[in-house]
Amino acid sequence: MKSLAELQAIRNRMIEQVNMRKDDNIDTRIVVGMATCGIAAGARPVMLEFVEELKRRGLENVTVAQTGCIGMCRLEPMVEVYVKDQEKVTYVHMNPEKVARVVTEHIVNGRPVEEFTIGHQG
Amino acid sequence: MRELSDNIMDIAQNSISAGASLTQVHVIVSHADNLITFIFRDNGCGMSEEMVKSVTEPFTTTRRTRKVGLGLPLLQQTAMMTGGEMSITSQLGVGTEVKASFGLDHIDRPPMGDVAGAWFSLVLMNPDTDFLFTYDYDGKLFTFDTREVREAVAPLPLNQMEIAAWIKDCLQSEINELHGGNIS
Repeated sequence: MKSLAELQAIRNRMIEQVNMRKDDNIDTRIVVGMATCGIAAGARPVMLEFVEELKRRGLENVTVAQTGCIGMCRLEPMVEVYVKDQEKVTYVHMNPEKVARVVTEHIVNGRPVEEFTIGHQG
Repeated sequence: MRELSDNIMDIAQNSISAGASLTQVHVIVSHADNLITFIFRDNGCGMSEEMVKSVTEPFTTTRRTRKVGLGLPLLQQTAMMTGGEMSITSQLGVGTEVKASFGLDHIDRPPMGDVAGAWFSLVLMNPDTDFLFTYDYDGKLFTFDTREVREAVAPLPLNQMEIAAWIKDCLQSEINELHGGNIS
């Protein structure tokens, strides 16, 4: 395995910052459907791209989580975005290319990307 | 499933759902045997003999929201269509082992895909359970044990952003090194 010493250095650096940051600062949750249907439709690269994009932008009050089958397998990969005190937004037929726009427009600027949402499905 | 590695995530998730505290995922690539083998071993709740028999039927599932479960049937289908096979052994209260093999040079075998990504996703999405991953590429071995990582970073969680980034880099670089850029 890669050097654990390197990992411990990261830990020591992070531990002070984490002390100042508590869970109640989490104001946005991104939930990716990761049941068999989601995975088969390509949910994993979508989830990994969200993680990358959040890291690139240094957005630390946002979490990425998974859920099971959301129930509309034909619309997978599906992603639900929960912004504190706002109604849930469900994105459908997601792909890694769409992720940057969702993060920029919705997570950062607070405007859901209408054309990717489930309500936009004809 | 587009890639074999997609099956890894899907099947390992069954172990998590079974309450496993340690889920092992072993990937073996052997050009000598012309086989790719996946072994999933967990210490979850296990299954009854009856359940083991019916679990490869698409209409068997433990979830209550609907009546289909396709994870194991899809794995079995992929194994069988590449000249491989799948077997399940399980004991209630002890755990479950799922073994699947695929014909390495079979024309219908899906690409291996992003194993590092699959493993990383499992850790990231299930930061409170432990995983033991091994990758055996023609006898060259890579082992990743989240228990060691957990100990090194305690009390921070494994899905903390910087730690997760380290895990991802580690998995990617070690696996790349293992197969020397040969993508199977």
